[in-house]
Amino acid sequence: MSKVGRRLMQGNEAVVEAALVAGCRFFAGYPITPSTEIAELLATRLPQVGGRFIQMEDEIASMGAAIGASLTGTKSMTATSGPGFSLKQENLGFASLTEVPVVIVDVQRMGPSTGMPTAPSQGDVMQARWGTHGDHPIVAMAPASVGETYEATVRAFNISETLRVPVVLLLDEVIGHMREGVRVPDPSDLDLVDRKPPSKDPGDFLPYADDGSGVPEMAAFGTGYRHHVTGLFHDETGFPDMSPRTADALMRRIMGKMEKNPDIYRWLETDGTEDADILMVTYGSPSQASRSAMNRARREGIKIGEFRPITLWPFPEEELRSLADEVDTILVPEMNLGQLRLEVERVVGCKAQVRGINRTDGDIFKPDEIYTAIREVVQGE
Amino acid sequence: MNENLAEYFRGDHLPHIWCPGCGNGIVTAAIVRAIKELGWEKDDTVFVSGIGCSSRAPGYLDFNTLHTTHGRALVFATGIKVARPDLNVVVITGDGDASAIGGNHLIHAARRNIDITTICFNNNIYGMTGGQYSPLSPTHSLASTAPYGNTDRTFDLCRLVEAAGAAYVSRGTTYHVVPLTNLIRDGLNKRGFSFIEAVTACPVYFGRRNKMRTAVDMLNWQKEAAVPVSRAKDMDPGELAGKIVIGNFVDLDIPEYTESYERLLKEHASDRSGS
Repeated sequence: MSKVGRRLMQGNEAVVEAALVAGCRFFAGYPITPSTEIAELLATRLPQVGGRFIQMEDEIASMGAAIGASLTGTKSMTATSGPGFSLKQENLGFASLTEVPVVIVDVQRMGPSTGMPTAPSQGDVMQARWGTHGDHPIVAMAPASVGETYEATVRAFNISETLRVPVVLLLDEVIGHMREGVRVPDPSDLDLVDRKPPSKDPGDFLPYADDGSGVPEMAAFGTGYRHHVTGLFHDETGFPDMSPRTADALMRRIMGKMEKNPDIYRWLETDGTEDADILMVTYGSPSQASRSAMNRARREGIKIGEFRPITLWPFPEEELRSLADEVDTILVPEMNLGQLRLEVERVVGCKAQVRGINRTDGDIFKPDEIYTAIREVVQGE
Repeated sequence: MNENLAEYFRGDHLPHIWCPGCGNGIVTAAIVRAIKELGWEKDDTVFVSGIGCSSRAPGYLDFNTLHTTHGRALVFATGIKVARPDLNVVVITGDGDASAIGGNHLIHAARRNIDITTICFNNNIYGMTGGQYSPLSPTHSLASTAPYGNTDRTFDLCRLVEAAGAAYVSRGTTYHVVPLTNLIRDGLNKRGFSFIEAVTACPVYFGRRNKMRTAVDMLNWQKEAAVPVSRAKDMDPGELAGKIVIGNFVDLDIPEYTESYERLLKEHASDRSGS
């Protein structure tokens, strides 16, 4: 493993080193800018720790291979960017329904389509939540620094294993390629989680039975539990059942396990929200420019707080709603035309005014433009 | 069901969903007989399928079974085989699943020569969706999406897999069930990527529209159209039009993917630094 202590690292490299520490031993990928370093580094690093790397023929194949490997009990990951993330969606939905733990890294670039492959964006926020068809459980995390990316990667594996849910690490090109100092923890200081193994013998084991947590125990292929896994709706035996009653129970359980276990995935940082008139809702790399602008505004006496969900999906609704009563205006800087703003507006209703600060030119935010947006709010009051 | 095969089936999930006259049960039984003959352990064997009529077969079989997305069985199977090279991995697919939506994966699994046996149930049609033409439907045949006759050129999938680099390629039919079983057995036993095309009958969606209304008509067609590979060698393309060439086409001893990767792992385990 990489050396413990302070190290200079690129975001994509932080994903790789943290994944290895978290126990990732299988990676399937396909070259795509700006995520390629993740595949390149894992091709070198996985064999060194007894793990396996494969470059598949396309993005769909990478997603499927990662799910297949996970079904053998191996912690698995794939990485991509916008166009590849679109291609992965069908198999991602398969993992969601069949409850196979898997981590998907999406280093966001400007889209739609081929767009601007080397330019940063946050255009996949809604795709991360709703990209595959049907209601489905999913977690997406958007870290704001390289250090936070390391921590988010470890958490992504833990969440995925605990809840048997796909977890999307939603980086952006800035986070993926930026180098920052990272405190690499001693692996023995980390809490690492493995999926719950079967507590019953094969003859009595029901692969999709709810033990009350909403999350079934999971048997690996090749361990004596000859169970069936299908993307068709299924009952607790795992075999297809298209009855309305079974379908309803399955959908409500897989969605319900998320509602039941918010402590597993909730990760939110707030700062200065106690007496704030203005609230910045930020995520990903724009949080850094936002922080700089906020500090300047505070020095000038403006009461401004920060609400920074690292776990974007499921969105921390209650936490934001309770703050919305206290503030007048909510600003949402995003490198898109307002995707998370839609969610913020939905949550706060008419409790506060919500304004986007948006870039859609492939360039990054400068602290000045966010500061200017803050000043405009203050002057308008 | 033949008593001596019952232990390989999930009896409580039968009867199957296939139509009367469907040949898929014949192919499934041939696979099970081959596995029994080889003495494979059920716990150490994984069946993976895509979407379509044939892809429902693993649900009836008492092994580790995975029913995936359309065309993608081979990629899930690749993940399983790379993560657990000690497991026997078998893919069950159909002609549409393997040659159209999943064609790219078939090429690359064969190119890697990964130790997966793929059995393609070729019924010449998309049966599950009600009889649309597939890349393996004969030119001029009728289908719900080819009401005036199929204008596509048909596809010899065995030749594709051979060209892509597979270690083992064969074709059989549900009429020639004993040779089919032997071809499947040899494919399962082969170290590397094995592909067996099993020509099966769909009287309901393919036969009915193409002057083979019954299962018997379809089996007679397989019997009459079949040409052993040894005889086909001396026939010209005109004589082979409309024929089904059966037998073994490829049987090579070439490097297998997971063995090569395991070797790489051994060589580079010494690179481990600081842990």
